[in-house]
Amino acid sequence: MKLSSEPSVADSFSSISESEEKDFTLQDGSRVAVIGGGPSGSFFSYFLLKMADAIDLDIEVDIFEPRSFKRCGPGGCNHCGGVVSESLVQILAAEGINLPRSVVQRGIESYQVHMDVGDVTIESPAGEQRIAALYRGNGPREGADAPLESFDGYLQGMATEQGARIVRKLITGVEWKEEYPHLMLANGEERRYDLVAVAAGVNSNFINLLEDLPDDFEPPRTTRGYICEFRLSEKDMLKTLGKAVHVFLLSIPRFEFAAIIPKGEFATVVMVGEDLDQELVHAFLQDPVVQRCFPTDTAPCVCSCSPLINLGARKRPYGNRVVMVGDSGITRLYKDGIGSAFRTGKAAATTAVFQGVSKEAFAKHFWPTCKSIVNDNNVGKVMFATNTVFKHSRITRRAMLRMAQREQAKTGAKPHMSSLLWNMFTGSAPYVEMFRGTFHPGFIGNLLMNLAVSIWPARNSKKVDEHG
Amino acid sequence: MVSGALGKFYVDGEVIIRQGNTGDSMYVVQSGRVEVIQSSETGEQHLAFLEAGDFFGEMAVFEKEVRSASVRAAGESRVLKIDKKTLLRRIREDPLLAVNLLKTMSHRIRYLNGEVARHKDTHL
Repeated sequence: MKLSSEPSVADSFSSISESEEKDFTLQDGSRVAVIGGGPSGSFFSYFLLKMADAIDLDIEVDIFEPRSFKRCGPGGCNHCGGVVSESLVQILAAEGINLPRSVVQRGIESYQVHMDVGDVTIESPAGEQRIAALYRGNGPREGADAPLESFDGYLQGMATEQGARIVRKLITGVEWKEEYPHLMLANGEERRYDLVAVAAGVNSNFINLLEDLPDDFEPPRTTRGYICEFRLSEKDMLKTLGKAVHVFLLSIPRFEFAAIIPKGEFATVVMVGEDLDQELVHAFLQDPVVQRCFPTDTAPCVCSCSPLINLGARKRPYGNRVVMVGDSGITRLYKDGIGSAFRTGKAAATTAVFQGVSKEAFAKHFWPTCKSIVNDNNVGKVMFATNTVFKHSRITRRAMLRMAQREQAKTGAKPHMSSLLWNMFTGSAPYVEMFRGTFHPGFIGNLLMNLAVSIWPARNSKKVDEHG
Repeated sequence: MVSGALGKFYVDGEVIIRQGNTGDSMYVVQSGRVEVIQSSETGEQHLAFLEAGDFFGEMAVFEKEVRSASVRAAGESRVLKIDKKTLLRRIREDPLLAVNLLKTMSHRIRYLNGEVARHKDTHL
């Protein structure tokens, strides 16, 4: 008889009793420290306190965040492209979290794909604005006069409404005493906690302090991204970029992915890739395809940064009384980092409240959520590798463009390529779902037909070139 | 300021979901007000007004039945559609997501119980 690998209700109860024996459960008066007040820290705190309240558990939550998200520029920024995916907007709404108009700088209704062979606009399959372009902090440098409200600040407000306290003190060390984590603060204060949730991303020095913990927390692999904010009048911004995110499939050497995201009076240029440097950034911004879409040489760049981006998973993002959420632990490859912060933050909070804070509890109830992201990222790597091959050939670029253009122009056409591009760029669906879609006979048949059609013009133009 | 709102804009009186139609999504009101109405042989009956943060059409996510009522915009409103597939996929990973929906459905059952009791009182 095949036994189910799914945990049974009895398993859940046995894990509770195991945790209780070792006193690894949160009880009335338990104290939880959350390191970092970005989305993962705020989601974790919000759900932890909400679920604790639901079972009449009285716990204290301290969010350690030295920055104020009311400040413009680097001082209040979390260095991110600032797009909340279609799937996360829907899930947040189902959770009762509706992003206010003051936080959403632009509701996105389409994605425009730009290539040297042409452009195609892919409309939202739902026919409505379900992607939010926003600022994590209070906007870029020089944005003090713009009507902005920080996304991270909004989420932090949700957590404090549930009872979390913001502690604006610097942590200088983490020590382990009698099986409890102690935080050492810059003012000499020492605080003991029952659980420490690390939500400090990959750009914080706090990550280095974890080396002092007894467990081996191997950090995730990272690379550098590039983010730049350009300012135009809102009218000009609408005229040039509209309500679309603009993405680029270019054959510039070492180029992987870039997008321009409209946000009120600003546009955020985001570049990611494993081999990104100033030369590549310059080549991209000066590329004729980019210039055709957005005048990066005339619009002033008011703020830029080159943050670290999580590229892989921490091998074990948990231990006894320690759990890592969001970028500090595991995130989706290149896409939907805020969605990963939500998923891992909520999974960690659920585990801590209902199953306990032991390594075993996190392994059994938190790790499956992380593992599903890891497995999906492995498929994502295959998808991005295939995309790299496709965008480096003019014939395949032309075939992709032609297929997507025809699907968008024809009412009722099955949007094989459009769905793939939409999901790849928006991060709205798991990579595994996109991968399955590429095996659909309709996708393969249409792609082959468009490849065949795309080869002929290439041959003809080659002949013309040869004969002058 | 250009709209940073999410969802779809509906003008006054525009039908968002129609009674008797099949559906594969639920909706959350983002701004404005919508009216829930039910048609019968005796005519059209007003059931409720819903405002920002309220959701409707959730029965289609859990049952394969046609819409039991129509919902139309009462003034200009913005409504966000939630796909059944997106919601059920996430509920599979995180069953607690359904708790928020259950809470609202529980409130509605409580309200309906009160209505039934009032109806019985007036007819006895």
